Amino acid sequence: MAAPARGEQVVLPTTLGGEPTGLGRFGEYGGRFVPETLVPALEELEAEFRTAWVSDEFRAELGDLLTNYAGRPTPVTECRRLSERLGVRVLLKREDLTHTGSHKINNVLGQALLTRRMGKQRVIAETGAGQHGVATATAAALFGLDCQVFMGAVDIERQALNVFRMQLLGAEVIPVSSGSATLKDAINDALRDWVASVESTHYCIGSVVGPHPYPWIVREFQRIVGDEAREQCRTRTGGDPDFVVACVGGGSNAIGTFTGFLETAARLVGVEAGGHGLESGQHGASVSRGVPGVLHGARSLFMQDEDGQILSAHSISAGLDYPGVGPEHAQLAAEGRAEYVYATDDEALAGFQLLAETEGIVPALEPAHAIGWLAREAGRSVPAGSTVLVTLSGRGDKDANQVAEMLGETLG
Amino acid sequence: MNLETHLRARRAEGRTLLVPYVTGGLGAGWLDVVRAVAAAGADAIEIGIPFSDPVMDGATIQEASQRALDLDATPAAIIADAASLDVDIPLVVMTYYNPVQHAGHQRFASSLAESGIDAAIVPDLPLDELDGWGEAADAAGIETVLLAAPTTTDERLRAICERSRGFVYGVALMGVTGERRALAAQAGEMGRRCKAVTDKPVLLGVGISTPEQACEAAESADGVIVGSALVRRLLQGGGPEAAATFVSELRSALDVRDAARASGDPT
Ligand SMILES: Cc1ncc(COP(=O)(O)O)c(C=O)c1O
Repeated sequence: MAAPARGEQVVLPTTLGGEPTGLGRFGEYGGRFVPETLVPALEELEAEFRTAWVSDEFRAELGDLLTNYAGRPTPVTECRRLSERLGVRVLLKREDLTHTGSHKINNVLGQALLTRRMGKQRVIAETGAGQHGVATATAAALFGLDCQVFMGAVDIERQALNVFRMQLLGAEVIPVSSGSATLKDAINDALRDWVASVESTHYCIGSVVGPHPYPWIVREFQRIVGDEAREQCRTRTGGDPDFVVACVGGGSNAIGTFTGFLETAARLVGVEAGGHGLESGQHGASVSRGVPGVLHGARSLFMQDEDGQILSAHSISAGLDYPGVGPEHAQLAAEGRAEYVYATDDEALAGFQLLAETEGIVPALEPAHAIGWLAREAGRSVPAGSTVLVTLSGRGDKDANQVAEMLGETLG
Repeated sequence: MNLETHLRARRAEGRTLLVPYVTGGLGAGWLDVVRAVAAAGADAIEIGIPFSDPVMDGATIQEASQRALDLDATPAAIIADAASLDVDIPLVVMTYYNPVQHAGHQRFASSLAESGIDAAIVPDLPLDELDGWGEAADAAGIETVLLAAPTTTDERLRAICERSRGFVYGVALMGVTGERRALAAQAGEMGRRCKAVTDKPVLLGVGISTPEQACEAAESADGVIVGSALVRRLLQGGGPEAAATFVSELRSALDVRDAARASGDPT
């Protein structure tokens, strides 16, 4: 499907941006493929969310937390020097400025309130980059909940700062060494824990993945990013951007952003991890190179071999190092409403440095992929003079050590 | 062979049912392990088809699955090799949904049937998502065994027992597969709840690791499934003899219990 022309009104198919149909379906994707033990808890969570999401009291409490604890709304920043460099007008939605430093806090505060409503005392989470783990540990401290975070051994190594932050916040970080020892395996172990602990524990999933109702709930908690950004863009530029760009791991910052722009004429672009390049097989480009399958409770697009064994992803950034994508993205791709592209490790690294040098903003390596893609495509598939909104999903402090090492610097 | 008919017949003889689990493709001799387990007194055998991300499995079966995959085990090869098993008890595959849907429901079901496999357990395919596979399996004569868990509500439990074929798999604890020091407190209740709503054979599995635990679990159900305790012996280097020895121990303990029951002795 061709992207709609600027200013053209888009009629939404009912599944896009709305409630999933049937048992959590976005088109043919989604669903609830879990061990029987978990089914009642997922039903309870869905019922709790349905009640909460239409409750003025819940909305007010969440709104208060988002404003006075997390620091929302986050600004949209006009990038003058970067725009000049690239020949396109770049606006950044600044999720890096939230408390804890990434968009993950939006979802976690919502799920923490649900946890309390369900009367559960313990939360578990998986984390890749550590940002979701830090956000969950933060909310657990705030709400007085016990918190354990599953994290791949490889990621513990490359995101050491966030491991320490979680521990400071009173959470226990549980290393996962099975499989590729990254995000996919951390989700496996979190699910295994939950099968044993589901009666007293809430699994606070960090992206728009997992069994129904998670992809829907997490998207609803993240749509504030896109809803704010749309109004901020209109105020600043008098219209909607031509392109809306976000990095895609599981896809929560991207879906949160896209949802706010589904009814505009903006082209929606999700940037996946290109790793060492798509031909190398070492990447995390699940929409570009994945095929339909079922993992972690949902039907979506996954990187897998000819027998249906899931392949290990590779990315410079722990947060995008996942061989799948949330089901709603698979549907947006199938409908042609969003496009999915990639930036390689090297392009992400270049984007990381470019934003630091031109704007004085050090991005996390995950959104550095979105910057890196834009730097490559400005003046090409993104025509000169376009207005581009990029969601800067998090800040780069956590990556400083890793990047220094890669650039051959030694710190401290 | 029809799994449910076979298990009902054995149950009618007053026998406590024993279904051991063996990871398919775990070493070149895995078919001999299955034969040895059959000869040692199993009433049916579960053959695990390894999956890269087995979320219902604990450390032992995870390791066995990974080892089999490292040895280039594939679902197609395991199923094809199983055709050479001339055992006289039903065979059940246990795998996850992704390899099944990846092969295609009908293709997977007919490949099982062609290899003489009677039934399938797919633990991440609950009742509500059963449709496509369930129909294809029924059409190919493959019985799909459903799991019931301690958290399952009474209403769901009735529907699960109604839809399950072969037997009803009662999950005997809150958690994933793996050996446990003692039988979980939930086991008895799980068995009783299933038995109250179905006359299909009810087997308890997950966390049943020793002859004593098997006998204790059999108090509330028609039989037991034993996986990790057997697979650990294989991972530790045991072959067909070690597997047969362990399964014989389980069988003997259950036989003693069955004999005592038959003579009205309430041990
Ligand atoms: C800053 C940042 N951006 C993006 C992601 C990727 O997650 P998602 O695709 O759900 O936004 C992560 C995950 O760890 C992250 O920390």
